[in-house]
Amino acid sequence: MEPVTTFTGKVVALVADDIDTDQIIPAAYLKVTDKSGLAEGLFQAWRYLPDGTPNPDFPLNRPEAAGATVLVTGRNFGCGSSREHAPWALQGYGFKAVIALSFADIFRNNSLKIGLLPIVVDEESHRELLSHIEEDPETTVRVDLPNQQVVLPGGRAVSFPIDGFAKHCLIHGVDQLGFIQQHEEAIAAYEAATPARVNTLHPDGGA
Amino acid sequence: MSQSKTLFDKVWDAHLVRPETADTPAVLYIDLHLIHEVTSPQAFTELRQRGLRVRRPDRTLATMDHSTPTTPRNALGVIPVIDPQAIAQLDRLRANCAEFGIPLYELGSANQGIVHVIGPEQGLTQPGMTIVCGDSHTSTHGAFGALAFGIGTSEVGHVLATQCLLQYRPKTCAVRVEGRLQPGVTAKDIILAIIAKYGVGGGAGHVFEYMGEAIRALSMEERMTICNMSIEGGARAGMVAPDDTTFEYVAGRPYAPKGADFEAAVAHWRQLPSDPEARFDKEMFLDASTLAPMITYGTNPGMGMPIDAAIPAPEHMPDASSRQALDKALSYMGLEPGKLLLGHRVDVVFIGSCTNSRISDLRQVAALWKGRKVAEGVRVMVVPGSQQVKRQAEAEGLHEIFRAAGAEWREAGCSACLGMNDDKVPPGKYAISTSNRNFEGRQGPGARTLLASPLTAAATALTGVVTDPRTMLEGALAGA
Repeated sequence: MEPVTTFTGKVVALVADDIDTDQIIPAAYLKVTDKSGLAEGLFQAWRYLPDGTPNPDFPLNRPEAAGATVLVTGRNFGCGSSREHAPWALQGYGFKAVIALSFADIFRNNSLKIGLLPIVVDEESHRELLSHIEEDPETTVRVDLPNQQVVLPGGRAVSFPIDGFAKHCLIHGVDQLGFIQQHEEAIAAYEAATPARVNTLHPDGGA
Repeated sequence: MSQSKTLFDKVWDAHLVRPETADTPAVLYIDLHLIHEVTSPQAFTELRQRGLRVRRPDRTLATMDHSTPTTPRNALGVIPVIDPQAIAQLDRLRANCAEFGIPLYELGSANQGIVHVIGPEQGLTQPGMTIVCGDSHTSTHGAFGALAFGIGTSEVGHVLATQCLLQYRPKTCAVRVEGRLQPGVTAKDIILAIIAKYGVGGGAGHVFEYMGEAIRALSMEERMTICNMSIEGGARAGMVAPDDTTFEYVAGRPYAPKGADFEAAVAHWRQLPSDPEARFDKEMFLDASTLAPMITYGTNPGMGMPIDAAIPAPEHMPDASSRQALDKALSYMGLEPGKLLLGHRVDVVFIGSCTNSRISDLRQVAALWKGRKVAEGVRVMVVPGSQQVKRQAEAEGLHEIFRAAGAEWREAGCSACLGMNDDKVPPGKYAISTSNRNFEGRQGPGARTLLASPLTAAATALTGVVTDPRTMLEGALAGA
């Protein structure tokens, strides 16, 4: 995984609450066995008109949004299906961070695993950021993960929470699987001490 | 025990390989890992790239359900798969399971079905276990007093490789449902009412424990319906304390402990319910006795109301953001604020999904349809949750009732719940569905979904317009 540290990126706003992962990437795009085609499917039903041409009114399609790397949205972003295809699609499209009032639990976990930064800000900072975007559609923010801050266009630094372990992994580009593997001994000890609750290879409770 | 613990606390604590520290999450052991064709292929690729094996194929089970067709079998008894992408995905799962020694319930084989139907049905889902799957409706298994939740594909890889997950301890939320349900009102209506009351984000960061008189009175299949939609209330997991209803359901199933082992297991399971003094971080409450059948009018499961209520008006919403959301939802749904949904035409009726495709759901529908016909011009799909549910329904002759009524009796799978196969609702058309999500485009591009109970969907199928099942009850419920 690429390390995530500090970057400056153009923001685009998609202001709605409860944007579910079916909107982020519809099920029709989940029939892949890799991650191909997901960026094209990002927000498919909103991004394209029924005839397949880009919807000029959709924020991501506006010329000034080209190259945006930070998505600003509302509350409970990424609710619904657990599909990791949603953060994969956002990342594939070019997003490095999503700024929201809150995130759905599974979406946040999935995003942290792949280096798409879920940033929760308070309502006042959210409003301030949106008004900056309204004034200047090419607004940029500075994201500083080591210091857990988003620096708004006016220069105000807004702190955001992130769990220390995920932060460590993101900054160093370390993946979490390696960390679990370091506990092999403890896992083996747990298994030795705990009888199998089920054995999928043998019905009838055979262990 | 010196400290009072919740059901969740007990299951969590019993699975800690390594507790949470100031700097690191807990390492949590997973008893059962269910996988399917859609969210697993990239995890196996990751394993291969790292030269890793599946640590515990004996605690892993695969099925095919999401992208599979539900079309009837051909002359050879085979369910034909035509979509090349679905074929590739199923082939990949088959190859992955063969290479890593994971048992697989093949499409059309005796035990295949929706992942959250087969776990309980096979007795793999048991009280006190930790169960995960790359699917948000894994919360279903919490009905047994298991800690069960959906994970992403990266985490599927973690569990395949280590049988463990990194987790921070979530908060707990007691969901008290008191009183007894009135005739015609079901478990589905309870969960739709909870989500309507507390919102789709109300449970974020929490694990629900459903409790109270109404929950205790429910069958296991009804409890599964409720736990299934915990995620729609924002909670990754929902649990119900195991009791005699639970033990009776588990007893005798293929993977359940037998004989003395079963007695020992029950003795252990009886220790799992929350201690009387246990504290929860949050509480929710619902009075089941005053509940009406529920139906959704919008584009998330929180946009629900009693079936005889008027569609809410955006101007009555408390803030700008919910006004905007409702406005957008009603525009997508083609519905007018202030109007009744009762009497609104529907084009499709979908009876199925991991929420409501079990035998008791099908019995309720059959009881209402017996000797009756579904309305002219309405497409009605009945999709059993598993091959076993299908066989049981056929043994009881339910399929004859469905067919005589004019409904389609299909093969087992997720089907029109998420429109990954050909079972879709056409653009702009209205579907009343027993599934769990009414998101824009969920049942197909432009599809308009009304979520409801099997009973409400069945009543609506007969009239072709949204119908209160309580008006059709005489005698029908007795068979359910």
